[in-house]
Amino acid sequence: MSLDASIRLTLGPLELDMAITVDEGEVVALLGPNGAGKTTLLRAVAGLVPFSSGYVRLDGKVLEDTATHEYVPTERRSIGFVFQDYLLFPHLNVLDNVAFGLRSRGVSRQDASRKAVYWLDRVGLKSYAGSKPAELSGGQRQRVALARALAPDPRLLLLDEPLAALDVTTRAEVRRDLKRHLDSFEGIRLVVTHDPLEAVALADRLVVMENGHLVQTGTAAEVTEHPRSQYVADLVGVNLLRGNADHGSVRLAGGQVVAAAGAELGEVFAVVHPRAVAIHRTHPEGSPRNVWSGRATNIELLGNRVRVRIDGEVPLVAEVTPAALKELNLVEGGEVWLSFKSTDVSVYPA
Amino acid sequence: MRREGVPIIVVVPAAIGAAFFIVPLVGLIVRSPWGDAVKALTAPETLEALKLSLIASLSATAVALLLGVPMAWVYARVAFPGRNLLRALTTLPMVLPPVVGGIALLLAFGRRGLLGAWLASTLGITFPFTTVGVVMAETFVAMPFLILTVEAGLRSMDRRYEEAARALGASRWSVFTRVTLPLIGPSLFAGSVLCWARALGEFGATITFAGNFPGVTQTMPLAVYLLLETNQEASFILSLVLLLISLIVLVGLRDRWLRFA
Repeated sequence: MSLDASIRLTLGPLELDMAITVDEGEVVALLGPNGAGKTTLLRAVAGLVPFSSGYVRLDGKVLEDTATHEYVPTERRSIGFVFQDYLLFPHLNVLDNVAFGLRSRGVSRQDASRKAVYWLDRVGLKSYAGSKPAELSGGQRQRVALARALAPDPRLLLLDEPLAALDVTTRAEVRRDLKRHLDSFEGIRLVVTHDPLEAVALADRLVVMENGHLVQTGTAAEVTEHPRSQYVADLVGVNLLRGNADHGSVRLAGGQVVAAAGAELGEVFAVVHPRAVAIHRTHPEGSPRNVWSGRATNIELLGNRVRVRIDGEVPLVAEVTPAALKELNLVEGGEVWLSFKSTDVSVYPA
Repeated sequence: MRREGVPIIVVVPAAIGAAFFIVPLVGLIVRSPWGDAVKALTAPETLEALKLSLIASLSATAVALLLGVPMAWVYARVAFPGRNLLRALTTLPMVLPPVVGGIALLLAFGRRGLLGAWLASTLGITFPFTTVGVVMAETFVAMPFLILTVEAGLRSMDRRYEEAARALGASRWSVFTRVTLPLIGPSLFAGSVLCWARALGEFGATITFAGNFPGVTQTMPLAVYLLLETNQEASFILSLVLLLISLIVLVGLRDRWLRFA
C-alpha cells in the first residue's frame, strides 16, 4: 500500500520532473528551498495541477495517468490536504469546517456533526466548536485544519508547510502535537517543508528536491552524513566539495587537489566539517596536508562558536572558538591560511 | 495640538459642490405639502404605482441574479477570445442613455422587432407596453451593476478556498453554493442592492419600451413626472418617498458592505 507518483510539468519558471514513492507506515518529508516545486508536486498529487506527463497511483489504483488519459478529479480522491495557511472557511464555524468533508461525501448532518466533535476533541478544541476561524490563534487554526483533513478518513494525508504560518514560540508545541497525530494516522503521509528541523522532527525519511528535481533521499542521519548538494550541505553546516578521486586525493573542478585519506577512484563528494578547518595568520608548519591561503569574508558568531567564511582557491567555512579568533586578531577582509588533515575529509561516491 | 491648515482654494469649491447636492434635497423637504402627505400617499394611483415599482424592480433584481451571476462567473473564470468585448457590450447600458436602451429594446422585442416579430407571430407573445416589458427595461439598465460588482467579488476572492473544498470531496456545484457564493456574499448583496436601486429609479428605457399605462407600466418615477403637470404637491411627496428609499439603501450599504473610507 503506497503512494507512487511520477510527474513532469512546466509551470512558469519551474520545470518539475520528480518521482516519489511513499509507503504506508512511513512519514516522508519533501524538503527543499523555496521555489523548488514542493508545493506544486503536492498539488499535482492531489489533482489540483495538471501535468504534461506522468502518473499518480494510490494503493495501486490509478488516480491520474497521462498515458491512458485516466483522471480521477480531486473531489473523488481519498485525500486529506492541510494547506499552508490552512484555508479554513471563514464563513463557517469550526464545527462546520471539520464536518465539511463528511457532508461533502454524503454523511448525514447528524453523523457528520458527531464525528466532527470527536475530531475536535482529539485535537483538544471541542470547546471552540462554535467559534469562527478568525477568533482562533494560529496554532488552534492549524489543529482545526488537521482535524478537517482527517475527519473523512482519507487514505493519503498531504501537508503543505504545516507550521510555516506559526510564530516561533508556538511552533515547537504545535510540532509536537502534529507529530503525535501523524503517528496515529494509519494512511500514507507526505509533508512538504523548507525547514530541516521540521522535516527531521516529523518524518522518518527525507526527500530533498531542488529546481524541480530529486537531489537525494534517505533518513535524516543518511542525508546529513552524506549531503549531495550545496543546499543540503548548507543546511547541515558542512563544507561540500566535488571532484575526481584518485587514491588518497580528490581533484576539484578548478584543478586544486585535496588530500583525502579515504579517496579511491571516480566522481566523489568530499565533506569537511568546519570544526576540522584551522585558521592561521602565517603559513602553517607541520603535518596538515591541505593548506590554502584566502581572505576572511564573513565572520559570524553562532552560540559559543565563530564561523569564518574564507574565500580563496578553495572557499571554505571554518569554525573556531571566540578565544581563538581573538588570538588570531582576525577581522573581515584579513589574509589567512587555512589547513585541515586528510583524515578529516569524508569521501563518498557522487 | 497643531492642525494641518486646509487651503481655502480647496474648501470653497468643495463647499459649493456640497451645496449643489444639498440645496435641492432641502428644497424637496421644505416645499413638500406635509399636510397633504397622507392623502397623496394613500391615493389609489400612488399605491398602484408604488406596488408596480416594487414588483417590477424586485423582479428585475431576481432576473439579474439568475442571469447575471452566471455571466459574472464566466467573465471572471473562463478565458475565451472576445471576453473583454462581450463584457463591454453587456455593461454598455451603464453608460448608454436609457432612452436609447428603450429604443434598442423596441427594435429587438417590439412587435416588428428582430425577435419580437417572430415571438408575436409564432407564440403570440408581445412584451412592449406590458408589465413584463417594464421588468425587461429595468433589467436591461440595472443588471450591469450586478454583473460588474459580482465579477469583481469573484476576482478578488481567494480561489484556494475552492481548492480546499474540492480536496474535501465537494462537487463543483457544492463548491459553488457552499464556498464561492458565501465568500462573495458581500459583493452579491451590494450588487443586488445597486441593481435594485437602479431598477427602482428607471425612467427612460421604461417609458420608451413599456409606455406609461397606470396600473400596468406606470412606475413611481413615471408617476412623479406625470403628476408634476397635474398635481405638483403629490409629485413632491412621491419624490420624497423615492429619496428616502435611496438614502436608506446608501446608508445601509455604506455601513455594512461598501468600505468607502
